[in-house]
Amino acid sequence: MAAAAAATAAAKGNGGGGGRAGAGDASGTRKKKGPGPLATAYLVIYNVVMTAGWLVIAVGLVRAYLAKGSYHSLYYSIEKPLKFFQTGALLEILHCAIGIVPSSVVLTSFQVMSRVFLIWAVTHSVKEVLIHQLIDSSWALLPPFHLVTTPRLMSTSAKAGRQVQSEDSVLLFVIAWTITEIIRYSFYTFSLLNHLPYLIKWARYTLFIVLYPMGVSGELLTIYAALPFVRQAGLYSISLPNKYNFSFDYYAFLILIMISYIPIFPQLYFHMIHQRRKILSHTEEHKKFE
Amino acid sequence: MSLLIPEKISLSSASSSPGRCPFPTAEYPEVEILDAKTREKLCFLDKVEPHATIAEIKNLFTKTHPQWYPARQSLRLDPKGKSLKDEDVLQKLPVGTTATLYFRDLGAQISWVTVFLTEYAGPLFIYLLFYFRVPFIYGHKYDFTSSRHTVVHLACICHSFHYVKRLLETLFVHRFSHGTMPLRNIFKNCTYYWGFAAWMAYYINHPLYTPPTYGAQQVKLALAIFVICQLGNFSIHMALRDLRPAGSKTRKIPYPTKNPFTWLFLLVSCPNYTYEVGSWIGFAIMTQCLPVALFSLVGFTQMTIWAKGKHRSYLKEFRDYPPLRMPIIPFLL
Repeated sequence: MAAAAAATAAAKGNGGGGGRAGAGDASGTRKKKGPGPLATAYLVIYNVVMTAGWLVIAVGLVRAYLAKGSYHSLYYSIEKPLKFFQTGALLEILHCAIGIVPSSVVLTSFQVMSRVFLIWAVTHSVKEVLIHQLIDSSWALLPPFHLVTTPRLMSTSAKAGRQVQSEDSVLLFVIAWTITEIIRYSFYTFSLLNHLPYLIKWARYTLFIVLYPMGVSGELLTIYAALPFVRQAGLYSISLPNKYNFSFDYYAFLILIMISYIPIFPQLYFHMIHQRRKILSHTEEHKKFE
Repeated sequence: MSLLIPEKISLSSASSSPGRCPFPTAEYPEVEILDAKTREKLCFLDKVEPHATIAEIKNLFTKTHPQWYPARQSLRLDPKGKSLKDEDVLQKLPVGTTATLYFRDLGAQISWVTVFLTEYAGPLFIYLLFYFRVPFIYGHKYDFTSSRHTVVHLACICHSFHYVKRLLETLFVHRFSHGTMPLRNIFKNCTYYWGFAAWMAYYINHPLYTPPTYGAQQVKLALAIFVICQLGNFSIHMALRDLRPAGSKTRKIPYPTKNPFTWLFLLVSCPNYTYEVGSWIGFAIMTQCLPVALFSLVGFTQMTIWAKGKHRSYLKEFRDYPPLRMPIIPFLL
C-alpha cells in the first residue's frame, strides 16, 4: 500500500517533484501557478538527488546479488541508503505544505508516513528490540510470567538470528519501491525541465500494474512475519495498570494495518488505472495532431 | 407556471402600456434551470413572480423533479459560483428577463437536529455500558461490579451530565442557521463521538484503573474547572440564542451580558468553544486518562478551525467588529 499510495500520489502530480507533465497531463483548463525559479531549481536538485539515491539502492542490490550468489538477505547491503532516502522523502510533505508542489498535504503525508512506518517501525525495529527489550524491562511487558523467563531468554536472544530483515518479503517491496521511485523522481525531474520523454511517462503509468501488487505483497508478508516477534517481545506495547490509564497493543495495531489494505489498495490501484487511460490516451491524440 | 420543453421563448416587448397592469407580460421574469455540470436544461419556468424568492423557485423545481427536494438543491448564478440563499429575491439578482440558474445536487440531506441527537445520545448510553461493566467488556469476574474509586463515579456523573446538557440544548436552546447537512455526516460524526466515548469509558471504568496521582485535591480542582466551564458554555449558548428571534436567520455581533460567564466575549469570538475545551481539560485532569487528553486535543483542533472560520465571517460581515477579540483563546489563537 505504501507502494500503491506512492504511485497514486505520483499520478496526481504529488510528491517531491511537483510540476505537471506539460502537454501530457489531461488537466485541461486548470490554471497552474507553478513554483518560482528558485523553488524550481531546488526541486530539480531534490528530484535528481532522489533519483540518484534510489539508483544507488538498485545498483547495491544487483552487486550484492552477484557477490552473494543468492537473493536472500540482500536487505543488509542496502539498509543504510534505503533508510536515508526513504526517510528523506518526508521533505515532500514540506514541499506541499509550503506550496511549491501542488498536491494535497494529507495525501502526501499518508503516502510517505506509510513508507517510513514500514521501514522503521517494522523492518528496522523487529531486530534490535529483541536485545534491548530483554535487558531493559522498563516497558510493561504483556504477560507477567515473561519477566520470570527473562534470564533464560537473554542467553538465547544473542543467538536469535531470525528477524524480519532476512525475510524474502522485504526484498519484494524493496525492489518494487526502488523501480517505482527511480521512475517517479526522474518523471518529476524531466517535468520540471519541461522535457518529459514519453518513455518515462509510459513507464510511470504502466509499470505500476505489476509493481503495486508486488509492493503490497511484500509489505503485507513483512508485517505478517513481524507479528510473532512483536507478540513475544511486547514491542511498543504498554499495558494496564499505569499512571495514565492507557494501553496500546502493537500486535493488534499491526493486524489492523494489514486489514486496512483491503479497502485502500483496490481504490488506489483502480484510480491509477483510470489515470493511465486518461493520460496515455490523451498523449496519443496529441501525437496524432503533430 | 407552465413547464415547457426547454426552448427559450422570447416574449414580444410590444406589450400593453404601463398604466393597464402593474406587470406587463413581457416583464415577468422567466427562469431556466440548467445542470451545473452537464448544462442540460432541466426545467423552464415562465411567468415567475418578480418578488419570488429562491426558496419558492426551489419548491417549483421540486414539482418536476420530486427526487430533488429543496434541501438538496443548490442553485447558483454561475456553475462554479456560490449557492444562492433561500431568502434571495429573484428580482434583486443580476439577471435579465430570463434568469439562468445552475443546479447542483447536494446529495441526500439529514436535519441538523437529528444528527445532533444521534451523535450525543450515543456517548451517553455507551459510557454507561462501560460504567455498569456489562458482560463481554472486562473479564467475567467483573460483570456488573462497581469501581471502588470515588472519582470513577464522579466521572460518570460529569460525562453523563455533559451529554444530557447537549441533548437538551439541541432540543430547546439552539437556533440553527441551516436545516440540513449531507447524510454522510451522520456516519462520520457518530463514529467520532461514539468511538471516542467507548475508548475513554473503557479505561476510566476498567478494573485496573489508577486514580489521579494527587488524589482528592486534583479531583476537586478538576471538578471546579469542569463545572465552571459547563456553566460558561451554557451561558454562551443562551446568549447566542437571545441574539436571534425564533425562526429567523439573522446574524448579529454577540456582546457580553450581565452574566459574568459571557464576559469572555470581550476577548474571544467563540467562547462556547473555549469553555468546551476547558470542560474536557477539566475532565482529563479529573480522570488522569490519556485517551481523554487525546480526545480534548482533537476536539480543540476541530473547534479552533470552526472558531477561526466564524471569526473570519464576523470580520467580513461587520465593519465595527471589536478588534481585541481572538477566535478561541484570548490573545493567542
